[in-house]
Amino acid sequence: MDFHFNEAEKKFRAEVEEFILEEMLPGYADKDLYWPGGYGAIGEFEVRDPAVEKLREKMGERGWLTMAWPKEYGGGGRSFVEQAIFFELLSYYGMPGMDVSTLISGPTILRFGSEELKSEWIPRIVKGNLKFWLAYSEPNAGSDLAAIQARADIDGDDLIVNGQKIWGSGAHVADCGWMVARTDMAAPPYKGTSLFIVDNKSPGITMRPIVNINGFHSFNEVFFDNVRVPKKNVVGDMNMGFYYLMVALDFERLVISMGGFRRRFEDLLNYTRNTRRNGKLLSEDARVRAKLAQLATEIEIAFLLYYKTAWMMDNNLFPNIEASEIKLVTTLLSRKLADAGMEIMGQQAQLWPGSRHAPLSGRFAVGYLDSISAVIGAGTSEIQRNILAQRGLGLKRK
Amino acid sequence: MDLGLNEEQEMLKKSAKEFLSKECPKKLVRELDEGDSGLSRDLWKKMAGLGWMGLPFPEKFGGNGGTLLDLIVLLDEMGYNIVPGPFFATVVLAGFTLMEAGSEEQKQAYLAKICSGEMIMTLALTELDGTYLPESVETVAEAKGDQYILNGAKLFVPDANVADFLLVAARTKSGADPAEGISIFIVDVKSRGVKVTPLKTLGRDKLCEVVFDNVTIPSKDLVGKLNGGWPVIKSILRKAAVAKCAEMVGGAQASLDMAVSYAKERVQFGRPIGAFQAIQHYCANMVTDVDGSRFITYKAAWTESEGLPSDLEISMAKAWTSEAFKRVAVLAHQIFGAIGFTMDHDMHLYFRRAKAGEIAYGDADFHREIVAAQLGL
Repeated sequence: MDFHFNEAEKKFRAEVEEFILEEMLPGYADKDLYWPGGYGAIGEFEVRDPAVEKLREKMGERGWLTMAWPKEYGGGGRSFVEQAIFFELLSYYGMPGMDVSTLISGPTILRFGSEELKSEWIPRIVKGNLKFWLAYSEPNAGSDLAAIQARADIDGDDLIVNGQKIWGSGAHVADCGWMVARTDMAAPPYKGTSLFIVDNKSPGITMRPIVNINGFHSFNEVFFDNVRVPKKNVVGDMNMGFYYLMVALDFERLVISMGGFRRRFEDLLNYTRNTRRNGKLLSEDARVRAKLAQLATEIEIAFLLYYKTAWMMDNNLFPNIEASEIKLVTTLLSRKLADAGMEIMGQQAQLWPGSRHAPLSGRFAVGYLDSISAVIGAGTSEIQRNILAQRGLGLKRK
Repeated sequence: MDLGLNEEQEMLKKSAKEFLSKECPKKLVRELDEGDSGLSRDLWKKMAGLGWMGLPFPEKFGGNGGTLLDLIVLLDEMGYNIVPGPFFATVVLAGFTLMEAGSEEQKQAYLAKICSGEMIMTLALTELDGTYLPESVETVAEAKGDQYILNGAKLFVPDANVADFLLVAARTKSGADPAEGISIFIVDVKSRGVKVTPLKTLGRDKLCEVVFDNVTIPSKDLVGKLNGGWPVIKSILRKAAVAKCAEMVGGAQASLDMAVSYAKERVQFGRPIGAFQAIQHYCANMVTDVDGSRFITYKAAWTESEGLPSDLEISMAKAWTSEAFKRVAVLAHQIFGAIGFTMDHDMHLYFRRAKAGEIAYGDADFHREIVAAQLGL
């Protein structure tokens, strides 16, 4: 065993850190209220910022946005541990980076897409200026994704898409939907669903904003009314969409803002070292110390699970259990960190960003509300526990 | 990074699992738990034959030249089988103390016999208040010519009832700083004035009361520097804490495995109870706790093995694992229902070990305070 980064990993870490410190957009990290684990305060899901686009292009030039892809497709041929390092540092410094297109769509196209599909989409994804949104959930298909009702009927060289999607984060600022719809209504859902790319500008698409708990427009309700999608946009084979979706879950495993947890925890530590209450520093209060020690321990476990998952992927081991564990652990941590932080900061913690009295810029207040979403999005904690029990431990469904 | 076990560790794990499932069945565990000595000479001899007692010690003393991390791999498996006996006391507590502070002659005389399995030893540290703080050491060793005279009482001394020798932490100087003035001595259990009484405990591990009444110790049996014992004890407590974590991780893994296989077999309402989400989610929480505890324990052991500062890692591991094993054992009990609440069932063996393990070498609160201090608070 060796829990330290090796020389190459250390070198890469230093290179990324140097890049970040050099290229960091002025004021971006202060303005961005992203809470680790949350879905409701991600800047990139709200507006399309040209400065961010440019920064992503720079990362794309270095091959970083697609660093764990094979080299022949413009990837960096790097390890998942290195990708984990990159993601850790980006989230630590509050920098935008990889997204749906580089983490989910790209790898899925590479694995299952036709050569035509690859040559059309992959170069744009590698460059870092093509944004996808996930058109998965529907009003009646959340945790039970197999219940989707959106349909795509073949009409010559096109699909005609009808139905409704919801919770598509940042759909309004994206270029294309990464969509699943029923293509064989007679077959069971997992044998009659297809995965395809739909251009946001297609006639017949209307979007209705959904404002989240924090007051931000990140979600959307999206309606498809006889939307024409060229059949060549179908990823892989028709009716195999569910299978591709399951495999794509593997690509999402490392989308965890580990650095974000560390950064917010450090903010909290510094706050307790510099804030007096009842004549003594908060950091001297036994209850505060116990809370911080507990958080530090849980963050350490999350880090270990994170790098263990990456390391297993590099070594062709299948981190099925670990991937669900890290989702469970970090999303709960998202809540615990916000909750413990608010308890420690007391009365002032309820102040919203913008108030001059708000401790730590009011981030914890936003985070407290945002952390509600952590254990719900991308597979609720209950779904994760089902996966752990059924796939991990072999318990039966019925 | 390399987050896997190496080849030898994988082999050790596999062979330990096979050996223990054959040689240490639950029937033997129960006999030893319920009996007075807690020791099976036969099992001890076989374990010694596999070189386990010398696993982390240098070859020149008859050891295997392994690391603390290697030992952790073994203890994980021993915890899985809840192997009773003085292995932990002899190897972790006494062995590492001798290794760290003993003279060459002491290592030849004692450590070599630990490695060969000929000698059982333990560490007599805690006293009436049961804490792991230097101020609680009140047993006194008074210099008298070429000897020391030992007086006092120790509580919660593991396996003193079967030990040949004790390592005793005693006060040799009193002053303002309680951490100064503690020394460690080798004491023959058969010495006049040593009285060992096994304590009846929830864990049924053989913790003892040891009373010293004017016990004479030749000064050559001082281990390490006079008055310089506490830094050694601190180092041993670190190793003991992480070693105990490894045992607990193994015990938690066993509790999980037992509960999962029961959930697959036990039928209620016409289906295996494992098909109910409530039970599935218990199992999911358990496996998450088991894996989290294992990762943080191995990281801590690796850090200590590498000779890096490890107070933070070890205290995180002990704070976490102490509570995680309890959570896992309680959920396992919930899955077993009434049958788990009986002496016939094995679950209580683990539930007891979870509590005993939590208490040993600092509980969660004790270690969280160290974590806070290590964070610079």
